[in-house]
Amino acid sequence: MKKLIALVLALALCLSMAAFAQADDLIKVGVVNNPPSESGYRAANVADFESVFTAENGYEMSPYYSLKNDEQLTAAQGFITDGVDVLLISAAETTGWDEVLTAAQEAGIKVYLFNRMIDVDESLYEAAVVSDMAKEGETAVNWLLDQGLEAYNVIHIQGAMGSDAQIGRTGALDAQFEAGTMKKVAQQTATWDEAEAKKIVESVINSGEDFNVIYAENDGMAKGAVAALDENGITHGVDGKVIVMGFDCNKWALKELKAGNWNYDGQCSPFQAQIISDLIKSGETPAEKKIINEEKGFDAKTITDEDIATYGLGED
Amino acid sequence: MSEKTGKARRGGLGQLLIPLIAIGLLIIFNLIRDPGFFSIETKLNNTGNTVLAGNLISIINGASELAILAMGMTLVTAACGGQDISVGAAAAIAGSVFVRIIRGAAPVTGGTVALAFLACCAVAMLFGAFNGMLVAVFRIQPMIATLILYTCGRSIAYWINGGATPTIDSAITSAIGSFIPGVPIPTPVIIVAIMALLFSLVFRFTTLELFTQSVGINQSAARLNGISPTLIKLLSFIILGICVSVAGSIGVCRLGLINHETLLIDIEMDTILAVAIGGNSLGGGKFRISGSILGAYVIQMLTITLYAMKVPSTDVKAYKAIVIVLLVVIGSPVVKRWFSGLVNRFHAGRAAAVKEVG
Repeated sequence: MKKLIALVLALALCLSMAAFAQADDLIKVGVVNNPPSESGYRAANVADFESVFTAENGYEMSPYYSLKNDEQLTAAQGFITDGVDVLLISAAETTGWDEVLTAAQEAGIKVYLFNRMIDVDESLYEAAVVSDMAKEGETAVNWLLDQGLEAYNVIHIQGAMGSDAQIGRTGALDAQFEAGTMKKVAQQTATWDEAEAKKIVESVINSGEDFNVIYAENDGMAKGAVAALDENGITHGVDGKVIVMGFDCNKWALKELKAGNWNYDGQCSPFQAQIISDLIKSGETPAEKKIINEEKGFDAKTITDEDIATYGLGED
Repeated sequence: MSEKTGKARRGGLGQLLIPLIAIGLLIIFNLIRDPGFFSIETKLNNTGNTVLAGNLISIINGASELAILAMGMTLVTAACGGQDISVGAAAAIAGSVFVRIIRGAAPVTGGTVALAFLACCAVAMLFGAFNGMLVAVFRIQPMIATLILYTCGRSIAYWINGGATPTIDSAITSAIGSFIPGVPIPTPVIIVAIMALLFSLVFRFTTLELFTQSVGINQSAARLNGISPTLIKLLSFIILGICVSVAGSIGVCRLGLINHETLLIDIEMDTILAVAIGGNSLGGGKFRISGSILGAYVIQMLTITLYAMKVPSTDVKAYKAIVIVLLVVIGSPVVKRWFSGLVNRFHAGRAAAVKEVG
């Protein structure tokens, strides 16, 4: 029995050596991310990394997915022990990463953060490619102001309170409410739940209060809101009474835009892999370590089929 | 004589007293707050149908999934003396199967929708049977047994969806989720009525109700009388599976989209509450499905009332909890006994007074 185990171990060693030898000229990349099941955004994010960090592009990528920070930390430690060249991290939580990132630096491993920031000293990573959620909100609100409506009576449907996306996308609109340029008819969180969003809009309709804008902090909640409008015979979209705004740019949502059922959809770009790949290949450290991923907002009047194909997330 | 009629009166309404009082109080509260709160109007919706609208319709319509799940949950509670906490996750799976099959068919016809529903029904019954087997055969506590599906159900739904939030866009499914052309009543409400009718027919023409109660009250006695507790428990979970598939399909049709993370999220707790508010013992035994349905409407009426009062939705749960604690405490055996003692003393006192006068 012992001999058998020894044999198997020896064989495994040989095989892994062979594997190492084979992958020698590739850049070894360890990716710590949240699992694709987290959201449509994450699924696109994971797919983006899988399509960029390929063997054809000169990479050998080993991904690790978890929603739990401590599991992510263990995995990152494992990647360091394995001797990867580059470590890419989208952390579940912002804290607890000092030790691991210091170990990576000591081992000469380059660390890039993507999608989410971590609370550590800037010197511990090469660059961070992130979305600016507050800017997403500003882009959307500026677009809304450009519509030049006589009055802005807004139903604001928020995401899960305290999440990055909610805080960022709420900020710009709250500023308008405070300045008095827009009237807050209702501001409620639906916690990303489509059905809850429908109930919120329904309750405003039943109260008889007038509104002409629905600002939903993601596509699903916008769809729930529109279902309530449809049932109550309120027109919406390009030639409708109510302006409908969503976020995330799911493919189906952009199609609603194209069909004129909605008016605006703000992008939250999951495409960070190419930017990071370019940084790795160039070998340069950017002057400003925090790189804001450029994000668009789409207008129903100007969106094209090409936009939908390029920027739409998920299935049709 | 008077004692007898008193008992009969209490037996007739008894269990339904609490949910009915709750509904009554909510109605009075809302009418004081806003006399027009329950007014119903007809509107022309965006698909060109004349439909009913208003807060009352929102309440009855919005509680549909909850009411359907509460029916099945009542049966499981009665037979097993425990609750299934996986109904939300199971509904996400059922909804995913439903969407998957509809998306697979190019032109969506009535046939494909029926097929999709049958498939999702079969899957939900299978998961129900799995839960039921753990409970009935392996004698695992229902809450522990269903914790398994509660934990992994939404991941399974994700796996069926293949990632994103797939959408369905067809006239038939949106008719199921909102209104059938020419019918002013929301379709989910009609489905609740059909389900309630089916349950009452089953109870009328089979011995299911009696057998379930006897298993719930005393398992050994039921077995000695030739009733198989294993079979009855298993059956209750499979019937709950049917309810889950109906609720899941309605939820998906309402929005035309399946999001495995949010579909009927946290509904398991509301479902158990509906059963409890309906005056059913969570320890099993005697039950009334009508109580649970009323319980579901109480919960929904409470939610809509809070929304109408513009209570921030983050606080809604806290307010709901306060009201529910009150309802459950009022319905508890201790308070009931105290209350009936009070009533008896009042009657005795009056009788004595009458005697003295006589």
